[in-house]
Amino acid sequence: MIKAVMVINTQGKPRLAKFYDFLTVDKQQELIRSVFGVLCSRAENVSNFMEADSIFGPDSRLVYKHYATLYFVFVFDTCENELAVLDLIQVFVETLDKCFRNVCELDIVFNYSKLHTILDEIVFGGQVLETSSAEIMKAVEEISKLEASSNSITLVPKTVSGWRNR
Amino acid sequence: MASPSLMDTLFQRTLDDIIKGLRHQQAGESAFISKVVEEIRREIKSTDLHTKSIALQKLTYINSIHFIDMSWAAFHAIECISSPNFSHKKVGYLAISMSFNESTSVILLITNQLRKDLKSNNEFEVSLALDCLSRIGTADLCRDLTPEVFTLLSSSKVFVRKKAIGVVLRVFGKYPDAVRVCFKRLVECLDGTDPQIVSAVVGVFLLKIFAKLAPLEPRLAKRVVEPICDHMRRTGAKSLMFECIRTVVTSFTDYESAVKLSVAKIRDFLVDDDPNLKYLGLHALSIIAPNHLWAVLENKEVVIKSLSDDDPNVKLESLRLVAAMVSESNVVEICRVLVNYSLKSDPEFCNEILGSILSKCCQNVYEIIVDFDWYVSLLGEMSRIPHCQKGEEIENQLIDIGMRVKDVRPELVRVGRDLLIDPALLGNSFLHRILSAAAWVCGEYVEFSTKPVELVEALLQPRTSLLPPSIRTVYIQSAFKILIFCLHSYLLQRENIADDMASEMLGLKSQGECSGSSALVTGKAPACQEQDEGFNPRDSNKSYEDLSIINEGDVSALLEKGFTHESIVNLLNLIELALGPLSGSPDVEVQERSKNVLGFVDLIKQEISNGFVSERASKIIDMVHDAFTEELGPVSVNAQEKVPIPDGLMLKENLADLDAICGNVQLPSSISFSMGSPFGESVGASVSIPQSKEESEPSSESTSLLAEHRKRHGLYYLPSEKNETLANDYPPANDPKSSDNTNDDAQDLVKLTDKSLLPKRRSNHAKPRPVVVKLDEGDVAPIIAKKSATRDDLLSDAVRDILLGNVAKTASSQSIISDKSSSKRKGKEKLNVDLPESREILGVEKPDLGNPSSRRSKHRSHGKEKSRKSPEKKNSDEIGDGEKESRRVDIAIVGIKQNKELKGP
Repeated sequence: MIKAVMVINTQGKPRLAKFYDFLTVDKQQELIRSVFGVLCSRAENVSNFMEADSIFGPDSRLVYKHYATLYFVFVFDTCENELAVLDLIQVFVETLDKCFRNVCELDIVFNYSKLHTILDEIVFGGQVLETSSAEIMKAVEEISKLEASSNSITLVPKTVSGWRNR
Repeated sequence: MASPSLMDTLFQRTLDDIIKGLRHQQAGESAFISKVVEEIRREIKSTDLHTKSIALQKLTYINSIHFIDMSWAAFHAIECISSPNFSHKKVGYLAISMSFNESTSVILLITNQLRKDLKSNNEFEVSLALDCLSRIGTADLCRDLTPEVFTLLSSSKVFVRKKAIGVVLRVFGKYPDAVRVCFKRLVECLDGTDPQIVSAVVGVFLLKIFAKLAPLEPRLAKRVVEPICDHMRRTGAKSLMFECIRTVVTSFTDYESAVKLSVAKIRDFLVDDDPNLKYLGLHALSIIAPNHLWAVLENKEVVIKSLSDDDPNVKLESLRLVAAMVSESNVVEICRVLVNYSLKSDPEFCNEILGSILSKCCQNVYEIIVDFDWYVSLLGEMSRIPHCQKGEEIENQLIDIGMRVKDVRPELVRVGRDLLIDPALLGNSFLHRILSAAAWVCGEYVEFSTKPVELVEALLQPRTSLLPPSIRTVYIQSAFKILIFCLHSYLLQRENIADDMASEMLGLKSQGECSGSSALVTGKAPACQEQDEGFNPRDSNKSYEDLSIINEGDVSALLEKGFTHESIVNLLNLIELALGPLSGSPDVEVQERSKNVLGFVDLIKQEISNGFVSERASKIIDMVHDAFTEELGPVSVNAQEKVPIPDGLMLKENLADLDAICGNVQLPSSISFSMGSPFGESVGASVSIPQSKEESEPSSESTSLLAEHRKRHGLYYLPSEKNETLANDYPPANDPKSSDNTNDDAQDLVKLTDKSLLPKRRSNHAKPRPVVVKLDEGDVAPIIAKKSATRDDLLSDAVRDILLGNVAKTASSQSIISDKSSSKRKGKEKLNVDLPESREILGVEKPDLGNPSSRRSKHRSHGKEKSRKSPEKKNSDEIGDGEKESRRVDIAIVGIKQNKELKGP
């Protein structure tokens, strides 16, 4: 089972954090910090696995991938295959890339909800659900369409909200 | 707080606004967030669901990225999911899955909404509900919603069906009884030719299931091993390949051909350029190492090379493998390699290496060590490695080996001397513990030293002021022991000369005259007799131990070519000079010990002036020497527990009346505290008078201070006068045996075990204690194993049950199904109370099905034992349910074959 998915930037700021077992926010923060602490000390061109027993308890494994300014981190237990999860990260990033056309950190910062939608189509309750990015895209697009159509009924014009900040 | 106004609704900030706002904040981020949360608290109370959902969305974001608690908004989230609007629902479900847990009080309020959404016509609403259930499903929720999920398993939409399968896994985990209802349907799903569901992922998943089932059912392995090997040969997907390898090396280690194939594949991984594959290869090797060490040995070179890899994971993994390779025959060479690597690597890994050497070598009481001289010098070498931080472990081993292995003591003393004599080492605080061990060893086994005086110099060198007081005390005590040894050897030497002279010249003269001429033994004949006995090896009155020590003393005395009167006086002066300042040390222990030594030195100095040794001095020296030569042996960890608590001793009483208890108990115990020396009480009597005199003379000032101090902190002092003089006999501070001194019974017991240890220890340095240690380990390990197994067992038991049940069900008819539904109801009631019990009851209700429950319990309790027993069990069982078994296996095989076809090359 996948225990957690995190996206952390190279400064240690979390961009996405999803824990498939409930954890208090303090615990989440602590875990993300310690993961980042180890990640940033690792050299390039080493394996993508990290000993996570000390952080997440026995039998946990951690796989990460480093893209530009972001670390994509998956934490899982003995029921998953390390290489498969590594592929899964690839799938996740590919899908993001398709969704946002050359994804960059800003896309991920501003599309918090969509990120969750995408991830939910890949990992479902800790189980790997789908590994084809085309399928994932299909589902995500339909969900977005549905969301948009249900939002268009609302009476408050979205542009108004922007004024307040100026 | 004001209720939300229309303005709030109209000018509500969206999530994007918040994110932008946060990005523009440089310093005051937390202030900004608390402002936003304030805002959200207002907005979320709005009756307008749109406003509410946006507020909730912002809150969810802040919760997950900025770690602000959102449990207070639980009810608002529930309101959002009940909205007919999809986007509100989505926001609500996301919030729920992020923030709800078992202890959320309103969690059961969502049951109905979930049920509604699970039945919805919109597949995306269904998916939201399924996702939520898979994240937060409690036992109650799972139980109540099982029928809906069950229905969805046969949904026509793939999108829904695959998620339903995912939920079923959660449901099984939380509510195992559901297995009985759903499993058949689930198997049908897997059997289906739908490529959406049966992917490589499922292939891996299936293998995982096999790996779990295999230890439970040995016959399964036989059927599955071949297909898995086939798969391994053909597949191109590394992940599936690795899973096959892992399945074989964890569960099918008895099938040689399969193991050979996977080892070959592992080698491919090891030589791959991809660091991931290399790491996994090493990992697989470490799994297989306990059963098939040859696999590791075959890849020895790669493994050792990996020690210098860039990746800390690879390094660690290969270190583990190297440690696994260590055996009696190669321990020397491997340790050499490892120490060389540790010199080159960074501090952290260096200590990893040292730690693994130390723990490997001391396993089962130094099982693999043959040449202890080598090992002890290795310990010395390791202490000098610059990054070494394993002081405590090395300290323990040095002392432990000293006590256990007699033959190594000379080497031990040599190593200790080398460490002590190097002033540079004193500056490294990580080494202090090792130095403490070295000091103790040199003091305790000084008879093997070639130059005791040199040792005293090392122990008292000025830089010892860098040591912490607790270790300084060990230094002082060791110096004292060595001094006693030197004095004793000196006496012995004189005695021998005197004896020679006496036999040559005075043969027939009376003892009185003899003593007069040599000034060695003055006074009465009995005393003289006593001395003679001590030095005469042929005398049968002495115990074996004393004899041996005196013999050793003789030998080493010969080695040293003797002490002159001058060298002894120099030694005494040296000690006086070095310890003088310490008599004013702020540390009580250091002060007291140095005081004791100084007092003794003073006394002896007076008595041996002018080249003569008074009878009293020689007697004192003899007695103290006897006390020190008492050998200290290893003590079982449980020794303390075996000591019966004496009647008067109340361990659980309040410490406030400690004074009273001390008065009653300690006085008698101090008398019998004689280390088994034959003179016991007389030591106390004869020594105490002069020494107390001596002590009061030179330092009356400090003694008065001391007396003052004693009055105030009486508890920390040893209670009686006699004890004070005997304090010299106390073992050093870090002596592992010291804990036993508090109780004379304990001491007797220790001595007893000691004696029983003695002969065995000689022949084989690994006896009685290891048994105890092993027992402790044996207690701990299985518990851990059991713990980790229980949850998986729960599920695999249920699966197993169904697999068996499935077949039987087709044979017999509906009656069992109805039976089952009733059992399910029963299980439901029981569930909250005690899960395993409810399962037990279920098992009993259908005894016809190969009696799974009883067998299940057997599996759980015996674990590994089972596989060994299997042949005979097979015979008895096979007649009964062999057929069922084979069919059950067939189902499994079908699964994997299909998977194979789909996966292809």
